[in-house]
Amino acid sequence: MATEQPTWERFDRRRRLSRFVLLLVAAVTVVASWRFMDTGVARPETIPREIADLLTRMYPPDVAYTTQIVQPLIETVQIAALGTLGAILLAVPVALLAAENTTPNAATFWLGKLIVTVSRSVNTIIWALFFVVLFGSGPLAGAVAIVFRSIGFLGKLLGEEIEEIDFGQVEAVRASGASSAQILLYGVLPQVKPALVGLSIYRWDINIRDSTVLGFVGAGGIGVELFRAVNAFAWQSVAMVLIVILGVVVVTESLSAYTRGLVR
Amino acid sequence: MAAGNRTWERPTVFRRREVKWAVYVGIVGFVLWSGVGVGADPARIAQGLGSAGSLVGDFLPPSATPRQAQRIADKMLESVAMAMVSTLTGIVLSVPIAFMAAENLSPKPLYAINRGFISISRAFNAIIVGIIAVKAIGFGPLAGILTITFKTVGFFSKLLAEDLEDIDMGSVNAVRASGASPIQTVLYGVVPQIIPRFAGLSVYRWDINIRTSTIIGIVGAGGIGSVLLTAFNRYDYQYVTAILLAIIAVVLVAEGVSAVVRRRYT
Repeated sequence: MATEQPTWERFDRRRRLSRFVLLLVAAVTVVASWRFMDTGVARPETIPREIADLLTRMYPPDVAYTTQIVQPLIETVQIAALGTLGAILLAVPVALLAAENTTPNAATFWLGKLIVTVSRSVNTIIWALFFVVLFGSGPLAGAVAIVFRSIGFLGKLLGEEIEEIDFGQVEAVRASGASSAQILLYGVLPQVKPALVGLSIYRWDINIRDSTVLGFVGAGGIGVELFRAVNAFAWQSVAMVLIVILGVVVVTESLSAYTRGLVR
Repeated sequence: MAAGNRTWERPTVFRRREVKWAVYVGIVGFVLWSGVGVGADPARIAQGLGSAGSLVGDFLPPSATPRQAQRIADKMLESVAMAMVSTLTGIVLSVPIAFMAAENLSPKPLYAINRGFISISRAFNAIIVGIIAVKAIGFGPLAGILTITFKTVGFFSKLLAEDLEDIDMGSVNAVRASGASPIQTVLYGVVPQIIPRFAGLSVYRWDINIRTSTIIGIVGAGGIGSVLLTAFNRYDYQYVTAILLAIIAVVLVAEGVSAVVRRRYT
């Protein structure tokens, strides 16, 4: 009977066409981007060799250098801790403004959104440039930069958590005659507390990583040592700093994952 | 019945009250120590914030001469182009690494090596990678592409590997049982299960790469960042504001595109 056997095809014609067009657009964009850039490389085949050359110069890492980087390393951790705490304190009101159900009116809602957007769109290192002008170079500028970068992150995610709370509990607390501060303390806060703790630890983890580069613009931390070593072409010292950074980041990351597992 | 007055106490997650206070005291102590270490003198902060007013005045209004505006546009395009190219190269490199870093698909030693590489890539901030890339292959967007590609591989293969570890091995075994070669098993058993996440992750990473590409110019790795740093060093603060507004606009557009696409595909 089967004169013509239907063959199985994964997509119908229209989806095939749209997938093809999408791929084509992506390919053209990438090729056009590559053409647009003035990469200034006459001989791309030398690149792997140059990278390998740099890596061999880093070996062996200068272990004796460790004593010099302990203090900047502690400073990095301190910047991250202080920055995270400052950010939590400032992000809570911002989150309350940026959450649809707790913001007083439309104007404050948009103010909250504006703060969150600006804070998130400007990278830590750019905030640091700004605060180095304001506070002079040093770790204080770095800590404040971390604060300003983290407000947006915490404010956005905490605000989303606040929008999802059960408002019945808030109403119940209000019905018992609580003041607005008490409503926040006993109606809203208990519901977002696990999220607040989890997000804060997560941000602290990110902040440790971010504060390793603050030194590039003079805002303190281990970055100062790293960039000094790079500029002196002391590659073995650079390798040592990188190893230490890697160690700290791995430790904080597992600590953060462990604690977030506890509060979830 | 009530022999003594019992008062209600809020339960604590730390099992014992002493532990709770110990944790709180520990955190407060650590932060105070940090404050001293960083030199967060309230007087100094107040002084800095006091002069913030006049400094903010210097930054406003944003302004750029036509030549500067042209420069912003050129370098911003370079940033976006860097992000486009390195998203592609990053994802292409990530796929094999993700397969090798998935515990259920890869032999133990290979798994360990690739997980190690992912950790390294994720541990270092793009600025650090950028400065080393610039020293290795010279100033310009190529160093930027190398940096963003490296960062993309760590992020993308970690998340993709986690998705691979979560796939339903039943359908993989079913494909294999029908007599498929190893390549066919991957193509028809594994790939269909991760394609939706793959699309979402790619766009998400593209969004992050746009952000990264706007700053790594600070260390000379191409893009708008170099213009920003120069403007800062020349105290040309109104120009700085114009550049920042351009960066914020591009970042917001990328974030919007990424959010729309991810909503459609996941």
